[in-house]
Amino acid sequence: MRDNEHWDLVIKPKSNWLDINFADLWRYRDLILLFVRRDFVAQYKQTILGPVWHIIQPLFTTFLYAVVFGEIANLKTDGSPRPLFYLSGIIMWNFFSGCLLNTANTFIANAGIFGKIYFPRLVIPISTVISTSIRFGIQFFLLIAFLLFYIFVRDIHISITYYVLYVPILIIIMGVMGLGFGIMISSLTTKYRDIALFLGFALQLLMYLTPVIYPASLWGKYQWVMDINPMTPIIESFRHAMLGSGHFDMTGIIYSGIFSIVVFLIGAILFTRTEKTFMDTV
Amino acid sequence: MSNTVIKVDNISKYYRLGVVNTGTLKDDLRLRMAKMRGKEADFYKIGEDRSTDSDFMWALNDVSFEVKQGEVLGIVGKNGAGKSTLLKILSRVTAPTSGNIKVKGRIASLLEVGTGFHPELTGRENIFLNGAILGMSKQEIKSKFDEIVDFSGVERYIDTPVKRYSSGMYVRLAFAVAAHLEPEILIVDEVLAVGDAEFQAKCLGKMKDVSGQGRTVLFVSHSMAAVKKLCTRAIVLKKGKITLDSDVISGIEDYLNTGVGVSDEGIIPDNASSYTTGDAKFKSIVVKNKKNERTNTLYYEQGFTVELELELYRDVEKAIIDFSIGNFENRFSYTSTFDINKNPVDLKKGTYTLSIDIDPKLLPGNYNFYLGVHDMSKTGLTLDLVERIKLITVLPITENNSVRYPLEVSLGSIRIDGNWKINKQL
Repeated sequence: MRDNEHWDLVIKPKSNWLDINFADLWRYRDLILLFVRRDFVAQYKQTILGPVWHIIQPLFTTFLYAVVFGEIANLKTDGSPRPLFYLSGIIMWNFFSGCLLNTANTFIANAGIFGKIYFPRLVIPISTVISTSIRFGIQFFLLIAFLLFYIFVRDIHISITYYVLYVPILIIIMGVMGLGFGIMISSLTTKYRDIALFLGFALQLLMYLTPVIYPASLWGKYQWVMDINPMTPIIESFRHAMLGSGHFDMTGIIYSGIFSIVVFLIGAILFTRTEKTFMDTV
Repeated sequence: MSNTVIKVDNISKYYRLGVVNTGTLKDDLRLRMAKMRGKEADFYKIGEDRSTDSDFMWALNDVSFEVKQGEVLGIVGKNGAGKSTLLKILSRVTAPTSGNIKVKGRIASLLEVGTGFHPELTGRENIFLNGAILGMSKQEIKSKFDEIVDFSGVERYIDTPVKRYSSGMYVRLAFAVAAHLEPEILIVDEVLAVGDAEFQAKCLGKMKDVSGQGRTVLFVSHSMAAVKKLCTRAIVLKKGKITLDSDVISGIEDYLNTGVGVSDEGIIPDNASSYTTGDAKFKSIVVKNKKNERTNTLYYEQGFTVELELELYRDVEKAIIDFSIGNFENRFSYTSTFDINKNPVDLKKGTYTLSIDIDPKLLPGNYNFYLGVHDMSKTGLTLDLVERIKLITVLPITENNSVRYPLEVSLGSIRIDGNWKINKQL
């Protein structure tokens, strides 16, 4: 038989380091959207408040932080009103940890489907990140509402600068970093379940090392801790763009951007290596 | 251009047992430490066979075959023969260790229907989700939506979450989606095991449609009736290798006769015993018809003779020898014992030939033999036991074609005559 025939599909052992089939992903775009829809619909079936929970959660957390860290611990907020300061930190952090946590169980949680049917495995983390982004979008509007309230009702001067234009970039970096870590961890947990157990508290620890509930300037002589944390410039710059507090750190953003791309690439390599044979190890 | 749609080239797949058994970093480190110290790691499961030295097993070993357009290929084999692994590789659930498979056209698997159904979503939502998981576009699903609902017969409940469905409705809906997928190549595994009889008939019909339209089907099932009905060709897998690739009927016969195969001369292979003390060995078994011809096909209502050769390696004081016939569900149909009702015989060391003239009035069908020799002086110690050997087929007609078994399916294995009387009531 001649071998120059056209074949639609060749199934081979795993070969390349990074082999993401983008054409395949594009063909399954409907599935990505349906998964996003499923996540939303299924999550709030048989609840009364439904998607309002997306707003309640950061509201309560903000209130709690304002009482515990603001009133009781009296941590400073760089001159911003406390609710604005905490809310902006919380929604950014939630976005990151949401992207990470929800993609980190990709293989384990979907072993049932993956074991029976082929579709590009990246469909799952991508749809998860999209759902998380939509949640972030809703919470972002909550932040805007708060901002407007403070500007027009409380009459507090908040200087919004042209740095606002960088906000989408900050969000993308945050999402890519969360996704990168998430798929990296999802690949490793197929073999080492310990990582999944470690993850919850590691994230909590990381949050306290990130200026979510305090300004980056708080650390004084331990400033280097803030400097090496790639989350710092994102959250600080986000606050600066939205609230005018803190400072805008261009070098830091570039550092974070490169960091997130490296993390994503490592994650993607691990993911594509894992997806072909993980069914044999779970 | 040839019309080969699947070309499987030297596919192999191995599973590493060590890694599957561990799973935590701690275990891996222990394994590595143990290896470094040159010791055996101590977390083998109790009773696990450590005598085989290999760390891995070949689930598939150098398998090659081609499937042509429009063929309905049955894949049969016992559990662990590699069927599922082959299907998993074909449906890209897992990758092969070596070799490659080339495919023309869209391939869709029904490894299990209902994959990805979400209990909270309604029937309608699940049709779209499941369709997309199976590889259909939204447009495609929309155009077939009514047909799918019709086929499933759950129209009234289409906007109810599927968690409220009965399991039958659930399966029907799931299969309806899968059945309306129009791939060039369809992989089906065990689907027909579920649902009621009416629904199964519907499924078989649908599969016939699919193959009728010139599309290719790979079909794995334990429902032999379905394989017989549907397939045009079958391959038999045994321990990861293809042992047979032929037209479907003989493929099934081979599958069913996976007990002990004997040579044309009736020689029983050395390792055929399912239990032996080494004191005795059945050497051969031959079936002869009334004309003293060696055969494995018998006519209906025809008696036959079974000739055995038995070698004893020691004297056996009170020997009994039994011969049984079983059907393919591994149920015994008939047993003849030499000689349990009288006194067991004393046999000296040596080789014996035995023959049994029997007329068990077997109904049409396929049958296996079972042989055993036991030492009654030692409370019935079994010396050699050979199970499921040789195949005889009993045809539905008598030798001179005068009588035909009237039913399509044999009702049981043995006919027992009764004395009927008929009187008209006054």
